[in-house]
Amino acid sequence: MAEVRLFRTFSSPFALRIVWALKLKSIEFDTVLEDFPHKSAELLKYNPVHKKVPVLVHNEKPISESLVILEYIEETWKETPLLPDDPAERATARFWAKFGDEKLLSSIFRSVLRKGIEQEEAKLEARRNLEYVEEQLQGKRFFGGETIGFLDLVLGWMANLISILEETSGQDIIKEEQFPVLSKWMKDFSEVPVIKESMPPRDKLISKFQAMQQA
Amino acid sequence: MSTSDVKLLGRCASPYVNRVQIALNVKSIKYEYLEENLSSKSSLLLNANPVKKKVPVLIHGNRSVSESLVIVQYIDEVWTSGPCILPSDSLDRAEARFWAAYIDDKWFPLATEFKLTRQEEKKLVVKQKIIEGLMLLEEVFVKCSKGKAYFGGDSIGYLDIVLGSFLSWLTAIELTSDVCFLDMTKTPVLVGWSDRFRSNDAVKNIVPGTEKVIELLNVYLKLSSTLKAYAYVFNQTI
Repeated sequence: MAEVRLFRTFSSPFALRIVWALKLKSIEFDTVLEDFPHKSAELLKYNPVHKKVPVLVHNEKPISESLVILEYIEETWKETPLLPDDPAERATARFWAKFGDEKLLSSIFRSVLRKGIEQEEAKLEARRNLEYVEEQLQGKRFFGGETIGFLDLVLGWMANLISILEETSGQDIIKEEQFPVLSKWMKDFSEVPVIKESMPPRDKLISKFQAMQQA
Repeated sequence: MSTSDVKLLGRCASPYVNRVQIALNVKSIKYEYLEENLSSKSSLLLNANPVKKKVPVLIHGNRSVSESLVIVQYIDEVWTSGPCILPSDSLDRAEARFWAAYIDDKWFPLATEFKLTRQEEKKLVVKQKIIEGLMLLEEVFVKCSKGKAYFGGDSIGYLDIVLGSFLSWLTAIELTSDVCFLDMTKTPVLVGWSDRFRSNDAVKNIVPGTEKVIELLNVYLKLSSTLKAYAYVFNQTI
């Protein structure tokens, strides 16, 4: 049994950030691909509370929740640090990671998947949230500075999914003229070798989100 | 930076603000507390937390930190001479962070849902989920405490702060709804822990008494008759 195993689905953006972290730190791992809605007995054993991916299993000890897993990886494998040394900068990264998951991601998904007034409100919210994030990136190539770090991995789902959501919904989410810094970041992030080689198959993602759009 | 450079922007009886106060007390850090009026926010708050405009905000020298759990971790990382708040082992830290997220994102929202739900049948379902959550947290306590007084062992740690900050609100909801969540027959270990936590030196002058919380609960309920309005008022203190 491999020392490090990652339970994931092909599409989960939360699991993908763990793949990126492990690869950036050159940590060897086995992937256990879950095929939701069916959940393996092992997944249910390792994450009985939430029954979700990702779950990292390290020497048979499971860790769940992607942000918790990222912090664990950072503390356990010290090479290629993802978080800055300075506690205030670490706090900033953690604040924006929380914002990214709780506010930004949620508002973007609602802006394409909901209808009517809920959708209109979500679009305004998403736009405001994107403006905040664009401001954070001013003067930097990546959120981590010259190289990608914790916050790039947490927000990196955008590089993967925004264009797919735009295609399946027929809506613009991030227009280059409105968000030039974020648009450039998405391109630069996607070109980082570890990120590029790990992108899930686009056609499969399109089918998945088309189905969600129609549901 | 000296500890006199530490300010905390807060709101009376906010459990999230209490977390930061307890963490500062655990580390014996002196700070200036500034009470915010959330219907008329100070320019200090709006500058320090322009994105969410919420308390708590810790201002340390020229830096500001927002989000209660981010602040508690910041305090733990900056003031390393005091007792540790997060465990030292990385697996134990992951466990603490996992359960902190569970408490904030899954468990405590059930308590506000319970308070606002009018239908008796639905209330019973939510009540059951709250108790099941506490039973799960009792198991976590037994595992983390290793027979000692707190989740953190001999002294208050991260999970003590996260869960403990909600105790007054939980008691207030119990008393005003004539219900029992933290029950000696189901979660005896947590009942013992809750008494120890509330009387701990770092906590006892911070966490509001039940009467104060009941007063606030009633104010919130009068102001808002819908779940959305109540959550808005309550979320003001996150």
